[in-house]
Amino acid sequence: MKRRAADSAKRFYGKGLPDVNPESLKGKLIVIEGPDGSGRSTQVEFIKAWLESRGHAIVDVGLKRSNLVSKQLSQILQGNVLNPVTLSLFYATDFADQLENIIVPALKAGFMVLADRYIYTLMARDIVRGADRPWVESIYGMAVVPDVVFYLKINPKPLVERNFLKNATLNYWESGMDLGLSRDMFDSFIRYQRLIQAEFMRMHAIYGFNIVDANRSARRVSLELQAKIENLLPQS
Amino acid sequence: MTSRTPSLKNPDSPVRAALRERPVEGKLIAVEGLDGSGKSTQLYLLKRWLEMQHLKVFFTEWNSSIIVKNITSKAKKLKLLTPTTFSLIHCTDFADRYERQILPLLRAGYLVLCDRYIYTAFARDITRGCDPGWVTRLYRFAIPPDITFFFKTPLQVALARILDGRPNLKYHEAGMDLSLSADIYESFKIFQGRILDQYLRMVKPYAFTAIDARRSIEEQQKEVRKIVSEKIDLPAFKWKVKR
Repeated sequence: MKRRAADSAKRFYGKGLPDVNPESLKGKLIVIEGPDGSGRSTQVEFIKAWLESRGHAIVDVGLKRSNLVSKQLSQILQGNVLNPVTLSLFYATDFADQLENIIVPALKAGFMVLADRYIYTLMARDIVRGADRPWVESIYGMAVVPDVVFYLKINPKPLVERNFLKNATLNYWESGMDLGLSRDMFDSFIRYQRLIQAEFMRMHAIYGFNIVDANRSARRVSLELQAKIENLLPQS
Repeated sequence: MTSRTPSLKNPDSPVRAALRERPVEGKLIAVEGLDGSGKSTQLYLLKRWLEMQHLKVFFTEWNSSIIVKNITSKAKKLKLLTPTTFSLIHCTDFADRYERQILPLLRAGYLVLCDRYIYTAFARDITRGCDPGWVTRLYRFAIPPDITFFFKTPLQVALARILDGRPNLKYHEAGMDLSLSADIYESFKIFQGRILDQYLRMVKPYAFTAIDARRSIEEQQKEVRKIVSEKIDLPAFKWKVKR
């Protein structure tokens, strides 16, 4: 499953989508993964501006942004009324809707697609909640293999600091409170983020991420991302 | 949930393994068949019969999750669905009913009756062009039924039952999203024919109990009740609490 050279043709992880020939996907798919507070959204903004300044057309996507179910999904997360398999499938539906209606058409049209999180966060969340791995992997067999996946890796302690700096609170789901790891939210956050990170490291062995040290300043991280994206760009 | 298994060949194996470790006390009975095959009528009569014996019975039907069904009907109206999202949203609906009701009630020792089960999804999604392996793996969290009644009718009989009244067919119900025909009735006929082909392929691998649905309602119900009472120790499902 490791990624080959940057100029290789597009593939799907598994069975893909009905009636989509992966070879028709000419654009580049760049994924930035990492927890909330890792500086992910900042980097997405930087990269988008940088690529646009160089004349590339960008489409950005992220989780929970589909036309089909994003509103309902946000409502449900407020009330945490769903059981785990149902929640997994809700997220998968949200992803599939964006994949078919935004990502694939944009790639066909030669756009660069910048994804603020992709299937890996969804898979990691499901797996730490006890989902059956082959089940999760099979569902996301519909996904296009990205040209590059950056994983912004950050230690849990600075991650807590950045979350508090931003909102002065920890998010219920990002703290994995539904898992019952601890009744103390701070404690639960640290443990949950460690579990997610361990799962990312396991997936790294399969999918070959580009691991970026996000404990550094946004500027330093951005320079590293730019240098690596440079190699993917068509020579002009 | 279930543990990992090395093979994906048998989509039911992780669930089967978990069930061996911790079997459910209840029994699951599903009915499948084309629209117009009479399956809902038969399941209703079975339910009445079981209830009258003071047994613990729960009934659930396809596409009825309180949380998901509004999204599905809105998405259908606006024609937002592709085969993949059509499949995923129906699976989400099923999962919600499964996690909230079907599985807990099976654990509580109920007779759970399902009007359409995962085989409906297999038949429809595969007909719409989803990969068969992908669809069957999608539902691998679901317990296989103890009895799956398949109400077998020749296509013309089922079509006549539905179409004789010239009903208002819905867009997806008629498979209009597949562009089989511009005429909704014609599209419905072709679509139902393809669904029937999928059902017939599943009879053996999924051990359906086929019921000849050309016979009278009474004859079919007699056979259904006989099979249920032979396969399930019904007195064990009596209410333990006084009602």
